[in-house]
Amino acid sequence: MNDADKKCLLREMIFYRRFEDRTFEAYMERKIGGFLHLYTGQEAVATGVLEVARTGQGTDNDYVITGYRDHVHAIKTGAPAREVMAELYGKETGSSKGRGGSMHIFDASQNFMGGYALVGQPFPLAAGLAMGCKHKGTDQIAICFLGDGANNQGTFHETMNMAKIWNLPVLFVCENNQYAIGTHIDRSTAVVDQYKRMCAYDIEASQHDGMDIDVVMEASKKAIDFVRSGKGPYFIEFMTYRYRGHSMSDAKGYRTKEEEAEWHKRDPIKIYTDRLIKAGIIKAADIKAMEKEIDDEIENDIIKFAEESPEPKVEELTKYVLDDNPDPRWVGPLHK
Amino acid sequence: MAETAYWEAIRRAHDEEMANDKLVIAMGEDIGVAGGTYKATSGLFEKYGAERIIDTPISENSYTGIGIGASMTGMRPIIEIMSINFALLALDTLINAAAKIRYMSGGQIACPIVMRTPGGTAHQLAAQHSARLARMFMSTSGLRVVTPRGPLDAYGMLKSAVRSNDPVIIIEHEQMYNLKEDIPDEEFFRPLEGAEVVREGSDITLIGYNYSVHLCLQAAQRLEADGISAEVLDLRALKPLDRESIRKSVEKTHRVLVAEEDEAPVGVGAEIMAVITEDCFYALDAQPVRIHAADVPVPYNAKLEKAAIPSADDVYHGALKVMGKI
Repeated sequence: MNDADKKCLLREMIFYRRFEDRTFEAYMERKIGGFLHLYTGQEAVATGVLEVARTGQGTDNDYVITGYRDHVHAIKTGAPAREVMAELYGKETGSSKGRGGSMHIFDASQNFMGGYALVGQPFPLAAGLAMGCKHKGTDQIAICFLGDGANNQGTFHETMNMAKIWNLPVLFVCENNQYAIGTHIDRSTAVVDQYKRMCAYDIEASQHDGMDIDVVMEASKKAIDFVRSGKGPYFIEFMTYRYRGHSMSDAKGYRTKEEEAEWHKRDPIKIYTDRLIKAGIIKAADIKAMEKEIDDEIENDIIKFAEESPEPKVEELTKYVLDDNPDPRWVGPLHK
Repeated sequence: MAETAYWEAIRRAHDEEMANDKLVIAMGEDIGVAGGTYKATSGLFEKYGAERIIDTPISENSYTGIGIGASMTGMRPIIEIMSINFALLALDTLINAAAKIRYMSGGQIACPIVMRTPGGTAHQLAAQHSARLARMFMSTSGLRVVTPRGPLDAYGMLKSAVRSNDPVIIIEHEQMYNLKEDIPDEEFFRPLEGAEVVREGSDITLIGYNYSVHLCLQAAQRLEADGISAEVLDLRALKPLDRESIRKSVEKTHRVLVAEEDEAPVGVGAEIMAVITEDCFYALDAQPVRIHAADVPVPYNAKLEKAAIPSADDVYHGALKVMGKI
């Protein structure tokens, strides 16, 4: 990775943070409805993993799927940020045409196969995406991002078992932020180190620092190479922290200020910024300019696009429930 | 034409669709090496191999989810659930995922899965193997639900379901797998929508679906001996429902009975009654009747089981009631 790429990567992480911060403001202004789950603090994980995954090649991309905290994963996979914002605004120009909202961003043109509200659901869907890749003989893989809380769903165990026996090309990325909504992992989970649970399924697994993007990229590259080479599933765990509450109504009463402060010291953007400054790749003054440029882009392009886009038409309420142009040979009706 | 059993018809549809398109696979418990609980995939493991006839662990929710995920890449999985009771375990992936992904994604991603599963009571299988549950799937947006009454539809609807771009639930019945019917040797398709008049009549319409169509046909024969001409309408598809065919038949006979093996509350019959009330209220000459299961978990004891589940006799007497004969 050259210096320009490193700068780009830093810019991306800053962009994701500013993007999420701006959605927070829009939510407070009631421009965004429903639930909103922000990724702030965990940026190094999705950015690092997807940096070394196959993206930017449209439907030849690796398949990516995740839970409801999905904005950053969608954008990093290739969904245009303005369409993600328009989706949060419920607009027709949104990633899911305003039908999905924050928790259900999809971009099939980039193989971003969605965000899901049922925390354990992406496990089997990801294994199925991997089955599709394997069956068609492509060298794509499926990448499933989920939090530690999802690992206490039955689908976790069922899917790991099948992913192993069928040798599916799927990478499970566990973003261990230690909280299942508001319950600490010590209180919800018998085996706290999530990668250790893979012993039960004989799946390759490892645990890494999720706050340092260089660590994330190096570990992910190995894991992705493993999966892509046909050796079967891999489970990679990143220790990370979400700065904000689970969603917007969460006052974070379940954790201490001291704990938060400890994690803020290891902020992924700070770690990477310091590293690039120390290496002489970027100057502190450049960061300010970068932030200004990002804020301008968010305001003048992304928010403007979302604000000015039309809402879906009420006459199209029932569009997309079933295939809107089915072949009458299969569907019928019988008498007509 | 060849006399074909219901299970053979399903097997033939699998075979032809798998030969036609490599993206068609089948998955389920014991469908491969063991040949399928009802033989619906017998011999296909040998022909298509373990990668396409996939024996799954007993993990209904996740293997259904894996089928759904595969379908999102363009594959066409036929997922067998051994009993509809076990489909309850798969409701999360079926209802929260398969039924909603097209909509939630703004039409970008289809989930063209087929789920086949037998619903209904057989012989003393007791409460956890006798559920019918058609009404639950019927009330879910984003699914197609069909109920083949015999080999012709079992074959032709499965073939259409594989080719349709929607998630399709095919509800079979434990008591129908050995039912035989002549079906054409040439390939054919039967559409996933539209009710069918399976017996013409002029005095009363008996509406059924799945196994209850046979109860209606048996009752219609007895009614004929009493001088009552009963029309039998097979709904075939519960979702989308063919309201037009219901209206046409009721406007012709002016009397109607709905027979279902499900329990009545919030059931298929309740929905059909609502359609009749909304679409052809003024065509009615008599109060309609619902024939349905007792509102109990299905008992093991044979006598109790018989009492819990509607019979042709119940349909016959129900029809006499509509006709004002009792």
